[in-house]
Amino acid sequence: MDLFEYQARDLFESYGVPVLQGIIADTPEEAAAAAAKIGGTVVVKAQVKAGGRGKAGGVKLAHTPEEAATAAEAILQLTIKGLKVKRVMVAQGAAIDKEYYFSVLLDRSNRTFLYLCSVEGGMEIEQLAEERPDALAKIAVDALRGIDLAKATEIALAGGFDAEIAAKVAPVFVKLYEVFVKEDATLVEVNPLILSKSGEIIALDGKVSLDDNAEFRHERAEMERDELDPLEAKAKESDLNYVKLDGEVGIIGNGAGLVMSTLDVVAYAGERHGGVKPANFLDIGGGASAEVMAAGLDVILGDPQVKSVFVNVFGGITACDAVANGIVGALAKLGSAATKPLVVRLDGNNVLEGRKILADANHPLVTVVDTMDEAADKAAELANK
Amino acid sequence: MSIFLDKNSKIIVQGMTGSEGMKHTKRMLAGGSNIVGGVNPRKAGETVDVDGTSLPVFGSVAEAMSATGANVSVIFVPPAFAKSAVMEALDAEIELAVVITEGIPVHDSASFWEYSVQKGNKTRIIGPNCPGIISPGKSNAGITPWNISGAGPIGLVSKSGTLTYQMMFELREIGISTAIGIGGDPIIGTTHIDALAAFEADPETKAIVLIGEIGGDSEEKAANYIKDHVTKPVVAYVAGFTAPEGKTMGHAGAIVSGSAGTAQAKKEAFEAVGVKVGKTPSETAALMRGVIASL
Repeated sequence: MDLFEYQARDLFESYGVPVLQGIIADTPEEAAAAAAKIGGTVVVKAQVKAGGRGKAGGVKLAHTPEEAATAAEAILQLTIKGLKVKRVMVAQGAAIDKEYYFSVLLDRSNRTFLYLCSVEGGMEIEQLAEERPDALAKIAVDALRGIDLAKATEIALAGGFDAEIAAKVAPVFVKLYEVFVKEDATLVEVNPLILSKSGEIIALDGKVSLDDNAEFRHERAEMERDELDPLEAKAKESDLNYVKLDGEVGIIGNGAGLVMSTLDVVAYAGERHGGVKPANFLDIGGGASAEVMAAGLDVILGDPQVKSVFVNVFGGITACDAVANGIVGALAKLGSAATKPLVVRLDGNNVLEGRKILADANHPLVTVVDTMDEAADKAAELANK
Repeated sequence: MSIFLDKNSKIIVQGMTGSEGMKHTKRMLAGGSNIVGGVNPRKAGETVDVDGTSLPVFGSVAEAMSATGANVSVIFVPPAFAKSAVMEALDAEIELAVVITEGIPVHDSASFWEYSVQKGNKTRIIGPNCPGIISPGKSNAGITPWNISGAGPIGLVSKSGTLTYQMMFELREIGISTAIGIGGDPIIGTTHIDALAAFEADPETKAIVLIGEIGGDSEEKAANYIKDHVTKPVVAYVAGFTAPEGKTMGHAGAIVSGSAGTAQAKKEAFEAVGVKVGKTPSETAALMRGVIASL
């Protein structure tokens, strides 16, 4: 899960990372009140999880509460990279002397944590890494030992900070590592980290990604989440692993890899049938009971874009007869709510029994096809009718 | 021969007495695996009857090893306790630890991986979030259905469980030496490269199927490794060509971020070193049948 900027700011503050005042506002009136409370020049910033906010007009300076209201009104009407701006953060203005770059992240390739920092901030990290690779320090951090002040200082010096500034940023680096570990983050980025004209180090903008697998050990029930697509929300209620896409062929399968593969095979088949595409990713997991199958079908059939459904199951742990019973049961449960054609491909454990159950049920919406490629083709053909 | 797991493997199950552990202990036994006991500190000293096989429960991996001579542990411990379970296996220096558990926080995986590195990687870790490893006809450590395919000359390594099953099924007429599911998490123990190296050294394995998916750079690294170190024919498959950027596709590690981790980049990396890449699982299997026929 990626955090909004204001959430990252609040998190930093709670760990003692120096930040400027920032108040969230949903309306121009709230923005004016926030600006009045903070006093002086403020920056009104769109709260969307997208880069390039400044260029899109999502960041504006305001010298008075009235200006803050006007800025907020304009920003709250924006859509930035497809994301509608619903809130702004009114942040205290900063007198910037220097801009630096800092991040700590999961280095998947080397199976460790990595510190990145540079005295040359103010641009996107990708750009910095490409244009000035020598200016960017990359230091691996032992996941068991973490970092202390000495290591943080070493990192700062490697990033090109002089000794005086290194002594100032090192304690901040230590605190940011604490955020990274204690919050189960996969990324903590501060860009820019600034030196203010009055000589203070301040985290001006932050990006934090948290590990969804670690949710169980954090209290985040109150935290604002991305608004889910209604179908994704419905799937989540049934504990289904569902991602909405924008095609026409609904997909149900078991196992993440097989479902990803199914999406690809359907897209290839779609090239022969009017360019139809997969409508979703839905992994019902190993135990495909009638209930899970019904819940999955219910979500997919609720997608008005879906024209046909491809059920692609390899009976590994679950036997195909159980899956077939699940499909028949689900269709019975849905009754007249089920209106779209289903193409079913079963293979693996007890496949003959499974196919027989579907043949005996002889449901008018169900077509059983023997192979994954042929079934994808059939589903694409039906979606193109 | 086979890799990492054979008929002499003696297996213990950490988390055997839980529902998943028990279900799969039964399945592994039914498939002929030599399961010699379980580990659960709260049930140490008890004996569990599993479909007629009486299995002792030990208080720790070390105790289980000294009592039974076990050299493989399969771990079904829930995510919150998985890190300490893996570390316990590492402390006991068991040869192979197969971590089935899905949903382990990545900071925990990073920690036990670092711990393993600092201990000199005396234990081979497979997973987490994987189906385990099977050497058909010899042993099965994990949740792969034991009856999909018999033994044969094809080595299979895959990030995905169900794609492993699918591929074993498609190639069942030829047979599998060992199939390893390395798992779909961002940090895993055994990598594609580790499996390739072992298959290259295994006289029973004549050809290798490598299955990858979006996310990370394991496939690109594997391609690079194949170029310099693998003489046996390799056929690859990559899932996730149509996955949009920034959406996690089921596996915690299956995500395209920016230009990194795309299926297209992985496919190109393989093709650049002469590895044929199937467009679909069945096309991949067909390519492999062609390879075997020409040996």
